[in-house]
Amino acid sequence: MLQDKDRIFTNLYGLHSPGLEAAKKRGAWHLTKEMLDQGPDWLCDQIKASGLRGRGGAGFPTGLKWTFMPKEVRDRPHYLVVNADESEPGTCKDREIMRHDPHLLIEGCMVASRAMRAHKCYVYIRGEYIAERHALEAAVKEAYEAKLIGQNNVNGWDFDLYVHHGAGAYICGEETALLESLEGKKGQPRLKPPFPANAGLYGCPTTVNNVESIAVVPTILRRGAQWFAGFGRPNNSGTKLFCISGHVNKPCNVEEEMSITFRDLIETHCGGIRGGWENLKAVIPGGSSVPMVPAEQIMDAYMDFDTLRDLKSGLGTAAIIVMDKQTDLIKAIARLAYFYKHESCGQCTPCREGTGWMWRVMERMVKGEATHDEIDTLLDVTKQVEGHTICALGDAAAWPIQGLIRHFRPEIEERINRYRLPRAMVQGATVAAE
Amino acid sequence: MSDTFKVNIDGQELEVPKSHTLMQACEEAGAEIPRFCYHERLSVAGNCRMCLVEWEGAPKPIASCAQLVGDLRPNRDGSAPVIRTKGAYVEKARNGVMEFLLINHPLDCPICDQGGECDLQDQAVAYGRSTSRYDENKRAVEDKYMGPLVKTIMTRCIQCTRCVRFAAEVAGVEEIGMISRGESAEITTYLEKSLTSELSGNVIDLCPVGALTSKPYAFNARPWELRETSSVDVMDAMGAAIRIDAKGDAVMRILPETNEEINEEWLSDKSRFVWDGLARQRLDRPYVRRNGKLVPVSWAEALEATKSALSVGADQIGVVAGDLIEVEQAKAALDLFRSLGVKNTDCRPAGAQYGADGVRERYILNPTLMGVEDADALLLVGTNPRVEAAVWNARIRKAWLWGDLKVAIIGEAADLTYPYEHLGVSPDALNTDAARAFLKNAKKPMIVVGEAAACRADGAAILAAAHNLALESGAIADGWAGFGMLHTAAGRVGALDAGFVPADGGKATAEILGGGLKTFVLLGADEVDLSALGAATVVYVGSHGDAGATRADIVLPSAAYSEMSATFVNTEGRVQMTNRAVQPKGEAREGWAIFRALSALVGKPLPYDTADALRAVLRGKEGENTPFSGRGYAPGAKGVAALKAGPAAASGSLGNEPFKRTIADFYLTNPIARASRTMAECSALATSLDTAMAAE
Repeated sequence: MLQDKDRIFTNLYGLHSPGLEAAKKRGAWHLTKEMLDQGPDWLCDQIKASGLRGRGGAGFPTGLKWTFMPKEVRDRPHYLVVNADESEPGTCKDREIMRHDPHLLIEGCMVASRAMRAHKCYVYIRGEYIAERHALEAAVKEAYEAKLIGQNNVNGWDFDLYVHHGAGAYICGEETALLESLEGKKGQPRLKPPFPANAGLYGCPTTVNNVESIAVVPTILRRGAQWFAGFGRPNNSGTKLFCISGHVNKPCNVEEEMSITFRDLIETHCGGIRGGWENLKAVIPGGSSVPMVPAEQIMDAYMDFDTLRDLKSGLGTAAIIVMDKQTDLIKAIARLAYFYKHESCGQCTPCREGTGWMWRVMERMVKGEATHDEIDTLLDVTKQVEGHTICALGDAAAWPIQGLIRHFRPEIEERINRYRLPRAMVQGATVAAE
Repeated sequence: MSDTFKVNIDGQELEVPKSHTLMQACEEAGAEIPRFCYHERLSVAGNCRMCLVEWEGAPKPIASCAQLVGDLRPNRDGSAPVIRTKGAYVEKARNGVMEFLLINHPLDCPICDQGGECDLQDQAVAYGRSTSRYDENKRAVEDKYMGPLVKTIMTRCIQCTRCVRFAAEVAGVEEIGMISRGESAEITTYLEKSLTSELSGNVIDLCPVGALTSKPYAFNARPWELRETSSVDVMDAMGAAIRIDAKGDAVMRILPETNEEINEEWLSDKSRFVWDGLARQRLDRPYVRRNGKLVPVSWAEALEATKSALSVGADQIGVVAGDLIEVEQAKAALDLFRSLGVKNTDCRPAGAQYGADGVRERYILNPTLMGVEDADALLLVGTNPRVEAAVWNARIRKAWLWGDLKVAIIGEAADLTYPYEHLGVSPDALNTDAARAFLKNAKKPMIVVGEAAACRADGAAILAAAHNLALESGAIADGWAGFGMLHTAAGRVGALDAGFVPADGGKATAEILGGGLKTFVLLGADEVDLSALGAATVVYVGSHGDAGATRADIVLPSAAYSEMSATFVNTEGRVQMTNRAVQPKGEAREGWAIFRALSALVGKPLPYDTADALRAVLRGKEGENTPFSGRGYAPGAKGVAALKAGPAAASGSLGNEPFKRTIADFYLTNPIARASRTMAECSALATSLDTAMAAE
């Protein structure tokens, strides 16, 4: 269990002021100039050594990503873009950072910009995050006024930060769609290659990082890469914000060590499962996009990238959605299918057409109004979407359904059987009573 | 680093340039890659996902249209990456995409105009399932208004965005786009207005399904009923390659064919949709005016009447050729009238001051249409290529968009769909430092003078000044003839090549039509002022009842361009031939044959009895070099020597009166277009748009 002295986000719950003075007391903006003076190579090396993996869902090593930027600035400026378009259902970690600890993010932006030789940084905030934008803008203003950032600032690296407000489209959380949106175009993912590090914002070298990935950077550098690498199992190091929602007694956001077991996490911070551990049915461990894991597999699993990958799921954004035995899993997944149908950008065929198809079949399966072989058809359709699209939204739409069918197929079949029973026999049954 | 890369495609190892897409490489290897959104003349969208191929070792199939060969990696052992375009893996991927495309497609092929020439239909046969697994309701999309030319049935749309990319990239009007997202995504024009492009009809060809079809052609015919004839367009002086589709004796539609050097594969709306004009207002039999009314007569009577009209004395006859005259008619008419001693012949109805000296290089577009892609600076003098040669304008835009062409104009400022430097509105801007500075550092400068410039009183001076500027700025160098004329009439260059200008001492158009002569012969000349002819006899030879036929005393009906195999020379000096797609209307005859018949009647029989014999005369003897001795190529840089000799001597100086536009209404430039209902509708719409803009 993570000790208080090792927390990076010491104001996660907003118990203290988010303002500059308070943030400084909590350690922000300490030794920033010294960090910047070490230069890009040192910064990248430190982050690599810390083992930080991207916190936005894919878990790509952050330090390595930074090194993809060109080694020197030629005719095109470099940009850092921070992805604060946190729209993944169940995820609300960046929200808390921007609300209560915005200075960690701003400082992180500056350090990361130095590491990739960028003088400009854009923070793209989700459309629905009004209060968070206000909080972040207030903090940016404070930082400018204190000359911590801006031209000729005290930290010695010219740096401008712009906060851009999105319009509330899930797809704009995809990094290239985000760049399109930032450029003022319709938010649709770009074809890759070229990757943003080569041709990103306005065709210039760009790195897109998640808010949490950036906000942890200054603390890692202050306390040392080894300190950060000391948490979690190898290749899954560090601390992580977990967003636990669903059928636990006390849903919460909490910063914890990576590779904590699911049981520890829930028992320590969430007051256990509603109705006890026997009542646990399944968990979606990484935001709505990853397949669910049934209770018996997740209970004592490590919450980290590799373990969950081996369980054919993923840590994603570490938004843990807990579902107990009173949950209608089929309905839950149908609701997610609706979400992806609604949020598909419509650019490429499999996702545009497939998400609607999957949702409609799921809606029928909620009622049981289907045939057994349609389960296989549905699974086949998810496979036809997965991997055939421009961006990962197609995969994200397919995986929850695949997870459901993989682990709870009998439940779907049972629902279908019940729907097909002669009417007389369901008289008085709970379904009929509804 | 080498510019080529080795790939292994379906077991065949080949080396392709790194700049190739994987799709190109696969095609080079002989593999067939299905596609919907990919189009070689548009940017890559990669959204239909039909072109997926397998890259051994890659986690998922890759879109071959968007994958550059140079971005592939060799295998770990250094061997060429293995690509498979066949096999269960790829077939499964294509099959899946095809199924997705079809689930919300209405499958209304029996009532769809695209049926029989539909990419979706063809590829569904090749890659689709035989049955549907989709039991839900299909999506329906409301149709959008896209103007009088493009019919929309948007439920059929597969969101390939070819039309969006065409409008934005080629046509240069960002007026088509996709609104909404996911399943609700719809293609529409901005505020559902008609496209303000002269190239809008091309989206019909580009649309791989039946979402965008031709409105005038709707429900008229099926592609397999049509007789296809390759021909040449005459709506402007470009001579675009077209295909005339006919059913029985009616032209049902006109489509572009590919000619990389002229129109690539685009066609202007006028050329594409003018076909209904070929069936209206036609002169289908000879007429003679009796008691003030035109009365139908037989050919014999009409020719007899013509004979007597021509018996007034050679110096009392004036002959003016119009914009659409074919070379054969010009040659036969010229031979006949010269044999009668007539000197007053002219093929420049608007009074242009080129061509009189017979130096061909001074009146053709020497740099060639395609040459603009090599040029790095283009100076347009008194011309608006957007209306005068709409398809060429798209090529200029292409050279500006993808290359380093910069453009400057002297003349009326207009929206050309690309930015330009405006050097002035009147000819004297040719003689300024600004003009010289614009061309100064260009390696291949290009100066193009328009019809509007040549038709002015100071036209000869403008031509000379532009020519001198070209010499001075290095636009005329070995291998690069960067000076030329952009014509607006399909028949002009051919008639000039045939020598259809006043003989020594003869009168030019303005003088001929100024009155005083007794007999006027108009060869399809309708865009001229006939008010000063007085009581003179007018013989009109042409295909459509327009201004000329209204004034005429004798009407001799001739074939339109779709009805004869005839020679036209485009603005580059490229000799091309149309092909007969349908029979001439009624008793109409080919122009040259009318004059051949007339020549026999007046006792001066012309020395050819067939069109082929006539063309043999045009070509000249074996080894002789005439403009007509070769076919299908533009002389281009061969004109350098003649151009280096400098311009024709010109008196007078450059005026300061602003250039006027040559074409007031793009859609109504010739008798065929004026007879077309579609063109009238387009014109009305364009005019109303103009007015609205002026009111803003």
